[in-house]
Amino acid sequence: MPAMIEIDNLRKTFGETLALDGLTFTADEARVFALLGPNGSGKTTTVRILATLLMADSGRAAIGGVDVREHPVAVRRMIGLAGQHAAVDETLTGYENLLMIGRLYRLSARAARKSAAEVLERLSLTDAAQRPVRTYSGGMRRRLDVGASLVGRPRVLLLDEPSAGLDPGARLELWSFLRNLLLDGTTILLTTQQLEEADQLADTVTIIDHGKVIAEGSPAELKARLGTETIEITLADPLELHAATRTVLALAVQPIESDLSAGRMTFKAHAGTKALPAAVRLLDDAQIAVEDVTALRPSLDDVFLSVVGRPAQPGDAHQGGKEVIKR
Amino acid sequence: MTTVTFYPDRLPLFSRLTDSVVIARRGLLGTFRTPQAAVPALISPILFLVLFRFVFGGAIHIPGLTYVDYLVPAMLIQNIVFGGMNSATGLALDARDGILDRFRSLPTPRSAAITGRGLSDLALQLVAHLLTIVAGIAIGFRLHVGPGSCLAALGLLLLIGASLFWVFAAMGLATRNPQTVQSMTPPFFLFLFVSSAFIPVSTLPIWLQGFASNQPVTVFTDALRGLTQGPSAQQATGHPAEYFVIASLAWCAAITTLFAAAAMRSYKKM
Repeated sequence: MPAMIEIDNLRKTFGETLALDGLTFTADEARVFALLGPNGSGKTTTVRILATLLMADSGRAAIGGVDVREHPVAVRRMIGLAGQHAAVDETLTGYENLLMIGRLYRLSARAARKSAAEVLERLSLTDAAQRPVRTYSGGMRRRLDVGASLVGRPRVLLLDEPSAGLDPGARLELWSFLRNLLLDGTTILLTTQQLEEADQLADTVTIIDHGKVIAEGSPAELKARLGTETIEITLADPLELHAATRTVLALAVQPIESDLSAGRMTFKAHAGTKALPAAVRLLDDAQIAVEDVTALRPSLDDVFLSVVGRPAQPGDAHQGGKEVIKR
Repeated sequence: MTTVTFYPDRLPLFSRLTDSVVIARRGLLGTFRTPQAAVPALISPILFLVLFRFVFGGAIHIPGLTYVDYLVPAMLIQNIVFGGMNSATGLALDARDGILDRFRSLPTPRSAAITGRGLSDLALQLVAHLLTIVAGIAIGFRLHVGPGSCLAALGLLLLIGASLFWVFAAMGLATRNPQTVQSMTPPFFLFLFVSSAFIPVSTLPIWLQGFASNQPVTVFTDALRGLTQGPSAQQATGHPAEYFVIASLAWCAAITTLFAAAAMRSYKKM
């Protein structure tokens, strides 16, 4: 499998802040590669370097074997970028936006028209194609934004937090759209703060923090390393909460939290131990009626706790990172 | 098996021009689609012209020229400054919303995003200029020269617009914040009002006259007065048209050199 994206020992500082600290990874062709990390971990900086918007202080970044520093124009012919904002013109229609980007991708007028129409079709935006983007919903804008990066038929798609600011429905829509893209062999690098998104989309996940890789693997491998999952059980009768807590005590690795008014208890269990069915069975044996059970997907914080041994601090990192990028 | 495709590292010879036109088209379409912003921008110069002509016109005596003949060239320079604020705000918005990042990630000349905006804004300024001249003619403005001199005036006007565009582009790209751009208006009012634009410099306090007679707004307006009103303008401006035209060209060269470099530096650093 040839590596489509190669990042080797990349370093970048903004003033006194170290954004990338020897970052190294490769992403395979026709696969989805997720860069997972909290705000300020260096995700956006990495994407901007790959998109030739920013130069690294040292190290190498290449797309399709072409060095981004030495041949930026050749790289730009291969990539499509969708940044954190939906970078589409509000006053133009969806079709006009794509047509303009197509022309700037050096397509002929005819090819740009054809490509714009095709992309709108794939985005299920054909009906809205002739409406100004101003009238689009957030999810439609985001799809159009990703679509704008597709009109040049790029080999590599760089998506910086594609689902940021989308409601759950729009997010699911975007995910299914991105999965379809893979069918034509596009390589996708996406950044995200949500393990769930990486889990849903990516073949390989690389977790970064402070500009360094701290864990790599397939979503399944990473989850196996996670150690715990969170289980939430709601009882039919809140008065049985105390008894229920004692019943499942053996499964929990941390103290059980209970919410008496809601009749709900929450606890962490070892992953891979089938704690959820076990808990249901134990409660059933004790004749405690269960109304609802949920296994909560591990959050990025859980990953951090298990891999780094400390929680991520998105709040602090957010401030630092964004300020620096603006300067 | 991967197909090996050759991706050239160069752009076509004329892409700077063609891609600027593609981006300029976006600016023009956007303006037509938002008449609530475009119409006031086109109406306000006419409003200013009529107000100044009838409110101050009676109080201000200009040697050799009627006040409306004196005023219209100043309104044209004012169009450039007010239009320029829109260029700065537009570029700041594009920078803030990631639109410039998108353009910069495409195989298009990096400068095209800026020159494209310049082209569309100059086209809009031209419309504002024409409306101002027509309104001027309606209230008594006359061209007292031949067609050659009129064309020279129009050429100079566009050159001034293109040069000052870089000042506003530098503002928008350096701040990347439309609010900050708006807060930077006061100096432009200083340049507009402490000049020969609306009143003769000789009526200003002595200590202001040195600045007022040599700063670009005075030089530009007096050049346009010389080119549109002929020799009689000299009584009002103090020098023949040639003097102001050469001084204008020098100012344009200096402003473009300085601010185009500043704008491109901010743009590359983004």
